[in-house]
Amino acid sequence: MEMLLQALASLMTFESVITVLVGVSAGLLIGSMPGLTATMALAVLLPFTFSMEALQGLIALGAVYMGSIYGGAFTAILINTPGTPSSIATTFDGYPMARQGKAFEALTAATLASVVGGLVGVAFLLILAPPLARLAVAFGPAEMFWVAMLGLTLVASLSSGSLLKGMLGGCIGMLLSTIGVSPVGGETRFTFGFPPLQGGIELIVALIGLFVIPELLTMAAEGKGALPREGDFGKREASIRQVARTVFGKPVNLVRSCLIGQIIAIIPGAGGNVTSLVAYNEARRFSKDPESFGKGNVEGIVASESSNNVMVAGSMIPLLTLGIPGAPPDAIILGVLLLHGLRPGLDLFTETGVLTNGFILSMGLAALMLLPVGLLGARLIHRIVIRTPYYFMVPCIAMVTILGTFSLRNSLLDVAIMLTLGCAGYFLRLIGIYAAPIVLGLILGGIAEQGYVQTMLAAVTDPFPWLRLLSNTLSKVLAAMVLLGVATALVPIWLQRSGRLDKASPDKRGEP
Amino acid sequence: MAGRRITTAGLLTRRQQTHNSINGARHETSHHDAGRRCLIFFHDRYGGECPSRLSDSSIDYVIPFDPGGESDVTARFQEPILEDILDVSVNVVHRPGGGGAVAWSEFQNSAEPDGYEIIGVNIPHIIGQPIQRSDAGFDTDDWEIITFFHSTPNALIVPADSPFETLDDLVEYARDNPETVTLGGSGTYSANHLDMLRLEQEADVELTYIPFTGTGPLPGALEGGHVTGVFNYTMLGVQMDDSVRVLAVASEERVPALPDVPTFQEEGYDIVGGAYRGVAAPAGTPDEIVEVLADAFAEANERITDEQEPLGFVMEYISGDEIDDVIDMLAEAYGPILEEAE
Repeated sequence: MEMLLQALASLMTFESVITVLVGVSAGLLIGSMPGLTATMALAVLLPFTFSMEALQGLIALGAVYMGSIYGGAFTAILINTPGTPSSIATTFDGYPMARQGKAFEALTAATLASVVGGLVGVAFLLILAPPLARLAVAFGPAEMFWVAMLGLTLVASLSSGSLLKGMLGGCIGMLLSTIGVSPVGGETRFTFGFPPLQGGIELIVALIGLFVIPELLTMAAEGKGALPREGDFGKREASIRQVARTVFGKPVNLVRSCLIGQIIAIIPGAGGNVTSLVAYNEARRFSKDPESFGKGNVEGIVASESSNNVMVAGSMIPLLTLGIPGAPPDAIILGVLLLHGLRPGLDLFTETGVLTNGFILSMGLAALMLLPVGLLGARLIHRIVIRTPYYFMVPCIAMVTILGTFSLRNSLLDVAIMLTLGCAGYFLRLIGIYAAPIVLGLILGGIAEQGYVQTMLAAVTDPFPWLRLLSNTLSKVLAAMVLLGVATALVPIWLQRSGRLDKASPDKRGEP
Repeated sequence: MAGRRITTAGLLTRRQQTHNSINGARHETSHHDAGRRCLIFFHDRYGGECPSRLSDSSIDYVIPFDPGGESDVTARFQEPILEDILDVSVNVVHRPGGGGAVAWSEFQNSAEPDGYEIIGVNIPHIIGQPIQRSDAGFDTDDWEIITFFHSTPNALIVPADSPFETLDDLVEYARDNPETVTLGGSGTYSANHLDMLRLEQEADVELTYIPFTGTGPLPGALEGGHVTGVFNYTMLGVQMDDSVRVLAVASEERVPALPDVPTFQEEGYDIVGGAYRGVAAPAGTPDEIVEVLADAFAEANERITDEQEPLGFVMEYISGDEIDDVIDMLAEAYGPILEEAE
């Protein structure tokens, strides 16, 4: 406790507060640009932290991390393009809301949810780090396989409209994930003798291509901006208090999303890319009005944004206690810790406890800072997006996108892959295969493959190797959840099709 | 869009960022100025003759892996010292993919042999990948390796609550129960995997290797008991010293950070191996330049020893002809295993 107070004191200096403020603002801007991810924001910042003291450096990184994950929501809502992979689910309801002229409401809801999520994550990290770390290591190869399978059941809910087309999209994504050097075994696949393809298809590259390019092509083809001008803000703007009432008026959704965010954050390898999707899916499953999701339900935004900001501090749990980076940006923070001679483990909480607690608390401060910075930024960016004519907007976004893609790995090939996938994505979208299931397949394909192959390798002497996949309680529970997930997705469709559930979706059938 | 564009300009690439922060605005550096810097760098060797690339006076130091890894952390340590010694700015550029192969093939195809482009190289990756893959896109020898500056010996690590107290315990158990001992490690046909295969041969036992993507997931695999043990680098043993037991290290002498752990040779198995990290310049780079760079890296090594040794790194000063010796030695040790595997 004394350590906590000391840490708080070290944080309450002018310097630290300014560092957090600048960090959050910078992170927000970077995160809101398609192609510039949280990982990259941290990598860009890294050299500057060398000249700083350990605590200042970590504070800056934590603030940028928090800001950039939140910033992803801006573009997700305003131009249907997730700024970071963790805000994919924010597009589902955020963009429809923006099109209905409720962009500012959506942005405010995202901000409030992010602040809550960030604070909840910090609380978990302060109070429950050791037990949660033990839970984290329980996820071995077999468990990871089931986690990936569980994620794939989301395809059913992501495929607005046709389930078949959604699954097709998921399969395309999984196929794309097999390009390059295989995660287990190390052989090269589908490189067609072209060495640069050994690097595979980077998730972010596919994400940018599949989300941004089709959106740009649509804007250009239809000759109008992302948002209708008549929804001009200022006219029907909901007050912050009203939005707060909507967000906090349904605490169950908020609590559930935060818990989901925390649990997934500690699973190494799954990371924030999936948290928001899972939280969104559950929000929809438990909603009284699931049909309204995807059409501009503010609960979808709350679920997505609260869960992905929990992840920021939440994924630090396995990192700080065990040295396991839960999400890609964490690997950079691990590097910084090592650089300052700090080894993850219990020492970090005892010997250098003031520093560690200072870092953790600074993330809480960063979460609070999202409120003023975010609301101000939301106004500005919203105004810019609405006032800028599409013929300026499209080339500008295209430029940022190409630059961002290139700077990911300093690779022109990535730019080519991004553009190719983008054009393919445009036509796939026209026939009803959307980006979300493809990206989901790409994220989870590799995780599933790795988990499965590692399990089978370890079970080489067993009479029935695949039984290893169900060898302990956690894996059985996960497998049951997968079955349940598939059932809840398929049974209503089947009932509906066989005519046993007339009221299932009156708006689609229109039967008397 | 204005806000958006301003930040983009500020962000362009990390490369430019680093450059700006060190060198002031990049565009303000005139050609004359750049030429002068180049002269300082090469003055002694060339008598004022600057070989090429007057327009760019910074060294690109390509790291073929993600930021945050061992290669990156080391490069970050070296960067300011190299700048100090060579009086040019050094940009650390990341080009991850394919376990290093993407950057290496690109480097061998297109880098200019003028000393301003260097790349991190790792053994056994540069030995193993060209043998293993038909389209790795690079050759083990098609560059001038400047130096190997450190190595991380392999180590056999088990959880603290493991029944195996010594290497002998584990080997005996494996002899009675073939293939049931599962050892995790980083990558396939990596340093970890290859030395585990050598242990199998030397001890005449059958083990099961479980490849993970990098060192990152291994602490979890150990703590969660998902594997019997791991065959990884000494650093992991140091990092997790309160929750694991290191049974043996694959170095010639005991590792400073792990003084109580015997070497494999002490235990009767002739296994010396691990990852060596170094830097290379493109083939055709003049010897003088390679020497200047090798000296600079050696000096950098001296200055960062105190920071790196406690982490489990073993500082090396391998340059000149010794480079071929090390590569030959390891190629000889690993070659047959790799060929057999194919």
